[in-house]
Amino acid sequence: MRNLTGLLFAGGLGFMLLAIASGLDFGAPPMLVGGAIQAAAPQETGATNIVTSVVLGYRGIDTLGELSILFAAAASAGLVLGRRHTTAGTLTEGGFVLKHGGAMLFPLLLTIGFYIIFHGHLTPGGGFQGGVILAAAFFLPLLARPGARLHHGMLSVIEGFAGSSFILIGLAALSEGEAFLQPMLVQDALGQLVSAGTLPLLYLAVGLKVGAELAGLLSHLAQTESEV
Amino acid sequence: MTEIELWIVMLLALMVLSAAVMVLLVKNHVAAVAAASVVPLGLALLFVLMRAPDVAMTEAAVGAGLSSLILALALRRLGLWQIDGVKTRTNLIKTQSEGHRNA
Repeated sequence: MRNLTGLLFAGGLGFMLLAIASGLDFGAPPMLVGGAIQAAAPQETGATNIVTSVVLGYRGIDTLGELSILFAAAASAGLVLGRRHTTAGTLTEGGFVLKHGGAMLFPLLLTIGFYIIFHGHLTPGGGFQGGVILAAAFFLPLLARPGARLHHGMLSVIEGFAGSSFILIGLAALSEGEAFLQPMLVQDALGQLVSAGTLPLLYLAVGLKVGAELAGLLSHLAQTESEV
Repeated sequence: MTEIELWIVMLLALMVLSAAVMVLLVKNHVAAVAAASVVPLGLALLFVLMRAPDVAMTEAAVGAGLSSLILALALRRLGLWQIDGVKTRTNLIKTQSEGHRNA
């Protein structure tokens, strides 16, 4: 009986999705704001990556909300996971491939993470993606050598500094008489590394914050002891 | 979208769907996590084919990388990280013997 109900539910859901999807015009958005932003964004924000100009320029306060949600999630996860650290030595070391592969990958991951963050206004990518890669770079050595610790105080300092500098850049725009988080100092250098005014700085703050937060969360998850 | 891209999309959709069904069917928790991480990987490729490289990067980094890592770490925490019931020593993260006893 339960199987039959589940089957009926799945069938109904599939039928509904098909009915909705068949009525959609793929590739022809009914909203006009997308076209308007595509036409105006490179001149207004100086970023060649339109997604970045939307994420940090036109919808900057949404990104701030996203950052605070991420912060709340990481903080509550840290609260639930507690502080019970494993004593070093209960976990055996990683194998040869993991240890040396991790050591070799660390600088490469660091480079690609910062590359993605710094080129967020030029090419696809940005603070969130680069930040996750940075977190992975700092988590990899912990897998190879379980006794190693991340400096949690340092991570908190980086995270707080990045988060507050995001807000400070927004307030700086406010003090100049513009809207909160409005892009400023837009140079006339479309496509250059140093262009798009404050957008790369905002993305650097986002990347550092996301990276520090996720690295702290992962190391917490890996190094705290379970109850059993 | 060209003909060949359409075929690749169909193949990817088949891969994603079968991986999603596999998550429900396999008995082994580690295999389930591995199958679950195939779904965002296929989705990321689909995003690339649909000209959304930004979303694809996020999906690959967060969906395929971070969330499967968190799932794997949660398995280890619950003492369920074992392959074929053998107390194996060749996996990604070493489990403790206490974890195995209750698993």
